[in-house]
Amino acid sequence: MSLASLAICAALAAGPAAGDGPPIVVGSKAFTESVILGEIVTQLAASRGAEAHHRREIGGTRILFSALELGEIDVYPEYTGTIAREILSGENLTSNDEIRAALARRGIMMTAPLGFNNTYVIGVRPGTADELGLVAISDLRGHPELRFGFTNEFMNRGDGWPSLRRRYGLPQTDVGGLDHDLALRALANGSIDATDLYSTDADIAHYGFRLLTDDLEHFRRYDAVLLYRQELLRRAPEVVEALADLGGTIDGPRMIELNRRVKIEQQTEAAVAAAFLGVRAPAQETFVQRQTRLLGEHLYLVVVSLVLAIAVAVPLGIVAARRPRAGQVILAVVGIIFTIPALALLVLLMPVPWPREPGRPDILGIGRETAIAALFLYSLLPIVRNTHAGLKSIDLATRESAAALGLSAWSTLIRIEMPLAARTILAGIKTAAVINVGFATLAAFIRAGGYGQPILTGLRLNRLDLILEGAVPAAILAVLTQVLFELAERAVVPRGLRLQLPG
Amino acid sequence: MLRFDGVHKSLGGDEIIRGVDLAIEAGRTTVLIGPSGCGKSTLLRMLLRLLTPDAGRVLFDGEPITERTMRAVRLRTGYVIQDGGLFPHLTARANAALMARHLGWDRDRIAARLDELLSLTAFPRDGLDRYPVQLSGGQRQRVALMRALMLDPDVLLLDEPLAALDPMIRFDLQRDLRAIFRELGKTTVLVTHDLGEAAWFGDRIVLLRDGRIVQSGSIRDLTEQPAEPFVRRFVTAQRSHAVDAATGSEE
Repeated sequence: MSLASLAICAALAAGPAAGDGPPIVVGSKAFTESVILGEIVTQLAASRGAEAHHRREIGGTRILFSALELGEIDVYPEYTGTIAREILSGENLTSNDEIRAALARRGIMMTAPLGFNNTYVIGVRPGTADELGLVAISDLRGHPELRFGFTNEFMNRGDGWPSLRRRYGLPQTDVGGLDHDLALRALANGSIDATDLYSTDADIAHYGFRLLTDDLEHFRRYDAVLLYRQELLRRAPEVVEALADLGGTIDGPRMIELNRRVKIEQQTEAAVAAAFLGVRAPAQETFVQRQTRLLGEHLYLVVVSLVLAIAVAVPLGIVAARRPRAGQVILAVVGIIFTIPALALLVLLMPVPWPREPGRPDILGIGRETAIAALFLYSLLPIVRNTHAGLKSIDLATRESAAALGLSAWSTLIRIEMPLAARTILAGIKTAAVINVGFATLAAFIRAGGYGQPILTGLRLNRLDLILEGAVPAAILAVLTQVLFELAERAVVPRGLRLQLPG
Repeated sequence: MLRFDGVHKSLGGDEIIRGVDLAIEAGRTTVLIGPSGCGKSTLLRMLLRLLTPDAGRVLFDGEPITERTMRAVRLRTGYVIQDGGLFPHLTARANAALMARHLGWDRDRIAARLDELLSLTAFPRDGLDRYPVQLSGGQRQRVALMRALMLDPDVLLLDEPLAALDPMIRFDLQRDLRAIFRELGKTTVLVTHDLGEAAWFGDRIVLLRDGRIVQSGSIRDLTEQPAEPFVRRFVTAQRSHAVDAATGSEE
């Protein structure tokens, strides 16, 4: 309990950040290149004197763009092809000017292209290219014996293999789909002769693949740009100016190199961005600092959601035990909530109204509150169900004895029934707490922090050490939670009941 | 003191009480007896309004027991059930003193009352801090009796208080209980299925069958002037116990 109240006090004390006007919030998608660009923008804004935060790895295109429209973030990196085909797909936009005009109608501005085009490319081994004289995709026409292995997505995409073959009139017949990482290794060791790649993929340089020119311009352009809210022009003109200066400064090889430093050399995005900008990298957290922060974030999510859940679920369980009709409804509703998949629940909660400081939309959106709301909802079922079961298991003779003494219904509940049900209720709370420790790792999907964050980053960078940095402490925390509740049982469950065999 | 006026009661579709008129005299011990399912416990629970009659009235001290008067009636009534109904999470002391504390008695008054009850019920003082699970069956019933008597009620209701005890303990407790009833002189209603026990305790015995009163009177009335053949059969079935008591060769 004292831990919970501490956490709540800390939350109240934190409040909105000090300073003139809200800080600039930079978003990025959950892949390396986007995080590097987000880090560059954040450090650039900071170097121009603005207070800037980077909310890294928020999610995919849809979540980022709605967060931008809602004003939860102010700027994030995007690709022109994605804007035209995914975000504004209904409007049939072709040129960058058309895209810019369509975005402006939504209050969103687009910078000039940063200088690289991250599209599909076809890669071959340098040996094959030299031997057969391959420079462009149309050169593949004369070599029907070549074996192609494409990613499964590319085999099915509208601009993927079927249309590529038609466009270039390619004769190859030995063509199959496989996983991206396997395709890279298969190409490197000669099991296949060509595969599809992203043009800024760090693996291209790592394996030394040769890229074939798209001479018939089959693939659309995916020029990297920055999208920002129009109001930024008024709020932080110096930052907008700096963003414009970024245009044309990152060409393809440069971006590949930046990606390579993070993915292959395992430098941090912040360090790579700082080196690119020629500024001093922001101080790195030590392992201990990071673990302490993650523990704090994780406990905050678990403790606050659990305290709220106890406050709501125990009374609900009491009502359910007292009123069988209402009880059926209550148990059904909390049961249904429990079956909603975690990510779906997070998405459902994002548009829920929630008061915010001026300058932010009044919705739950992405972040800690949404994660707490989701964990709170999941905690209801075990606590309500066990409170209900604990009270229902008290035999008629005991309840009648209490009534016959002249105790009121309320006094009977407080003095007799709750102590007798304490063990069962506590078991429900323990279940909820352990579930919460696990589910809280999913909070990282919406930037709520905790041990899920290193797990997500580790998955993205394919780094087992980072995954373990989140997974191991989370597992230890779950075990400690169990132990803590066993100790709590001694304090909460009356001695007269502990003397009996459980059950 | 207590009265049933044309009481009917159905539980789960079965009519358990089919028209009972009964006046229970103050200061004496009335025993309700009869085979299982005859309705004797149901009558007892209606005296506490744990159950309400479907028809007729139940009166306490001349007043019908209603939702409004229910609490006052319960505070003036002590209730002991088969295995005591003690609260397992409370010590013997906390069980006995529960209502006194709830009503705000001060510490000294509670201690003084507990002292009286300890000697009355012959319960060992060092047992007061034990939990029900640490006590024997007989000790539990003594604690249940202390709890029932704590507020010095006018009425004492006992529902098969000795049925779960082994014969030796039962014998001791029967002797002690009758002494207590006589010493206190409270209006006492005891439910049992054992005619020997009924004879031992009862100033008046009320024999029930299928929700009706078959005969009411002393054990001598029941044995010597049975009102109908059922009474004779009921008495004969338990004669070995009943005769000793009836002929006064007790102890």
